[in-house]
Amino acid sequence: MNFHLKIWRQRDADSAGQLEDHEARDIPPSASFLEMLDIVNEGVTLRGDEPIAHDSDCREGICGTCSLTINGVPHGNFKAGIATCQLHMRTFKDGETIYVEPFRAKAFPIVRDLIVDRSSLDRIIQAGGYVSVRTGSAPDANALPVPKQSADLAMDAAACIGCGACAAACPNGSAMLFTGAKLSQLSLLPQGQAERGQRAVAMVRQMDKEGFGNCSNIYNCSAVCPKEISASFIARMNREYVLSGLTAGLSNNPTRGNGE
Amino acid sequence: MSDLVLDSKIPSGPLEQKWDHFKLGAKLIAPNNKRKYTVLVVGSGLAGASAAATLAEQGYDVKCFCFHDSPRRAHSIAAQGGINAAKNYQNDGDSVERLFYDTIKGGDFRSREANVYRLAQVSTSIIDQCVAQGVPFAREYGGLLANRSFGGAQVSRTFYARGQTGQQLLLGAYQALERQIALGAVKMYPKTEMLDVVVIDGHAKGIVTRNLVTGQVSSFAGDTVVLATGGYGNAYYLSTNAKGCNVTATYRAHKRGAYFANPCYTQIHPTCIPVEGDFQSKLTLMSESLRNDGRVWVPKSRDDKRQPADIPEGERDYYLERKYPSYGNLAPRDISSRAAKEACDDGRGVGESGLGVYLDFADSIKRLGVDTIRERYGNLFDIYRTITGEDAYQRPMRIFPAVHYTMGGLWVDYNLMSNLPGLHVLGEANFSDHGANRLGASALMQGLADGYFVLPYTLPVYLASVDKKKASYTTDHPAFKETEAAVNAQLQRLLSIKGKRTVTSFHRELGLLMWDKCGMSRSEAGLREALQKIPAMREEFWQNVNVPGSGDCLNQSLELAGRVADFLEFGELMCVDALHRTESCGGHFREESQTEEGEALRDDANFAYSAAWEYKGYGAEPELHKEPLEFEKVHLAQRSYK
Ligand SMILES: Cc1cc2nc3c(=O)[nH]c(=O)nc-3n(C[C@H](O)[C@H](O)[C@H](O)COP(=O)(O)OP(=O)(O)OC[C@H]3O[C@@H](n4cnc5c(N)ncnc54)[C@H](O)[C@@H]3O)c2cc1C
Repeated sequence: MNFHLKIWRQRDADSAGQLEDHEARDIPPSASFLEMLDIVNEGVTLRGDEPIAHDSDCREGICGTCSLTINGVPHGNFKAGIATCQLHMRTFKDGETIYVEPFRAKAFPIVRDLIVDRSSLDRIIQAGGYVSVRTGSAPDANALPVPKQSADLAMDAAACIGCGACAAACPNGSAMLFTGAKLSQLSLLPQGQAERGQRAVAMVRQMDKEGFGNCSNIYNCSAVCPKEISASFIARMNREYVLSGLTAGLSNNPTRGNGE
Repeated sequence: MSDLVLDSKIPSGPLEQKWDHFKLGAKLIAPNNKRKYTVLVVGSGLAGASAAATLAEQGYDVKCFCFHDSPRRAHSIAAQGGINAAKNYQNDGDSVERLFYDTIKGGDFRSREANVYRLAQVSTSIIDQCVAQGVPFAREYGGLLANRSFGGAQVSRTFYARGQTGQQLLLGAYQALERQIALGAVKMYPKTEMLDVVVIDGHAKGIVTRNLVTGQVSSFAGDTVVLATGGYGNAYYLSTNAKGCNVTATYRAHKRGAYFANPCYTQIHPTCIPVEGDFQSKLTLMSESLRNDGRVWVPKSRDDKRQPADIPEGERDYYLERKYPSYGNLAPRDISSRAAKEACDDGRGVGESGLGVYLDFADSIKRLGVDTIRERYGNLFDIYRTITGEDAYQRPMRIFPAVHYTMGGLWVDYNLMSNLPGLHVLGEANFSDHGANRLGASALMQGLADGYFVLPYTLPVYLASVDKKKASYTTDHPAFKETEAAVNAQLQRLLSIKGKRTVTSFHRELGLLMWDKCGMSRSEAGLREALQKIPAMREEFWQNVNVPGSGDCLNQSLELAGRVADFLEFGELMCVDALHRTESCGGHFREESQTEEGEALRDDANFAYSAAWEYKGYGAEPELHKEPLEFEKVHLAQRSYK
């Protein structure tokens, strides 16, 4: 198969970027999107030019490293439940023109070409996305049964791979699906109860501080999510936030989007 | 044995009590002194993140480095199947003893008893710890933890979180680490690649790194260095490992004096999606939990090109069930992989390339219903469909073995310290507790055991043994300048060649050769051939590789070039080790050493030792050191899964 690519090139965060034309020739239909880029990059390198920088690692949809916006859609597909690395060329039309850009969001500055800096997501976790338990101080794992339903729902939320497609797909650049998923996982489990209130406040504040926007109920986030994380976790987050605000006397910002 | 013998510092006393004795007698560092010690942890996968978080909790000054953009992306994230622990929650007869024995036997009697026993002992604490962190393990309807049997175990001791166990365990460790980062107890350096170890007076006292975004080469001084940098499966180019996995950190430490143990012990996983073409960049594992409900077969006759559904029962060869009646489809990885290779070598492989066997769920679907199968393996069937476009509910999966895990690694003693004092090595990066073959669901266990429960106790042994006042250095010490200069020189050299071949083309060429000559089966002739070819390949690399761009910015070709340069040296070490070990054991199958039935034949009289290689210079023959393996508890037996 052959494709005409329009690819975003940008030397570093401070330089201006632009779309550059590349031809992808003789691509096997069973190649993945990233393998197609590998083939293009081999050609670029042999011509003595600098290959197109893009991130990837596991190439099986779990590490969350790959982060391309393809034809305007983060990971290239709505409602497919896949990451860029799981997208195969057989799903494109021969001869098609494909636009390849980085994940775009205010809180994801561009590092080079298609690579963005997503450390803002790490800082949201730092703000409270954990259970404070010192190594070696845990009781027997079966001492505290967890209803299967809660455990399963917590796992649905925990499946988030932290790729940031949610924020890149959102017109407001909101990371509420990411944050809502972590908050929901921990608040659904008994282990997460003690810090529940302060966790919600701290993570939401950090999210704002990083420059992520608000939710206006468009749900592109959930539609592009490789793990199909449900937008209902945003609603859960809002509840957690309101509740914690009330209990901590911090109710000056009670409604943050209304994701339900 | 005239060879140099290594001291593994195993504590005295009966096996069952060694670890407790050790802990009782171990030196402690006073709480107010801990913060005076700087620990440099390289790697933040399961092993590194758990170690960094725990050491920071204890009060050490921790600096942690990874080449990923976040610790959450380490390759540990990809582990699907599960983690073992001797909890015996299923009351099916499991115990520390049994997990210990299974691991020793699974490793084909080539691991160190004392370490394996300790691993089995601390396995139970890992599950407690992870549950307390909020890891959402699978549960039964009563709310208690669920288990499955996995990878040739006859008890159900594997804990899992759907098909994403590694992800959930890593996120648990990552969150613990992020908490310490927020508290200021760990300083994290993501997108920072360690390129050398700094050795002062024979001790590891620092590292040299390159910032992958700015290109800046810098030095960090510490009281000890901890490497938790993962495995080297990508020496084969294609493997189930993430693209970034590499040998650089451990190999460069090796060049600075750390011995590399058993480099030829690599694990080939039997259930991966077969290779499609040259363009392929990696192989995808299908969790072997699938073998619990899938039956492996090939047609009985050669070149049978019929669709699987058209091949009648009587014309199918369920070869694992036939050859290993008591373990059947659950035979250990090395055995299953070799059996698949045999069937394909015999011309009975399936799929276009003939390099594949069927993994068939039809019987289980009939027995349990499609919903149960979907509940158990839905995400794996989805992965399979995304990649191959085929529906495994309707027709059998095609699978083939692929390089998956590396049992070899830097040699460490009981305290997880290398022969190079001050250098500790954890997780897949050390030569580990898995001997010549690792059992399924045991790598996650070992990584977390090392990081959460072993190193935090053994690190003080080293720290207390050195005179802190005399052995504290800053990066002004000339050794840092010299090491930095060497790193810079290599980067410049790579950038200056501007030849005609891409880095990847060399990587692929090396990988094919390794797979062919040092893969599922090895022979003297094949290994000698590889040992001829690798140096030539390396020469060409240094003449003709093209690394575009410059070193003062993000340059992925440059990153890869450094890693491939190391693989081109390390591949040779793997072959040297494979050639010297004329026995077969575990994942190392020497064609010259097999039983009449074609099974691996060990040679305990001559090879009951770990081989630790000392670097003697570029292209020079490495020197062999031996750690004799003494078995006080288990009785060495020819492994049988019949
Ligand atoms: C597909 C797959 C499935 C698996 N499934 C299972 C399973 O079900 N059960 C099981 O027990 N095991 C499984 N394994 C094996 C297991 O996942 C690994 O052995 C284990 O996770 C390795 O952990 P680690 O912490 O040692 O290394 P890794 O997780 O690989 O982490 C390495 C770290 O080191 C860093 N690093 C490396 N080099 C450098 C450098 N030079 N400078 C700076 N940083 C560096 C990386 O950035 C990373 O943070 C699986 C493996 C694969 C490939």
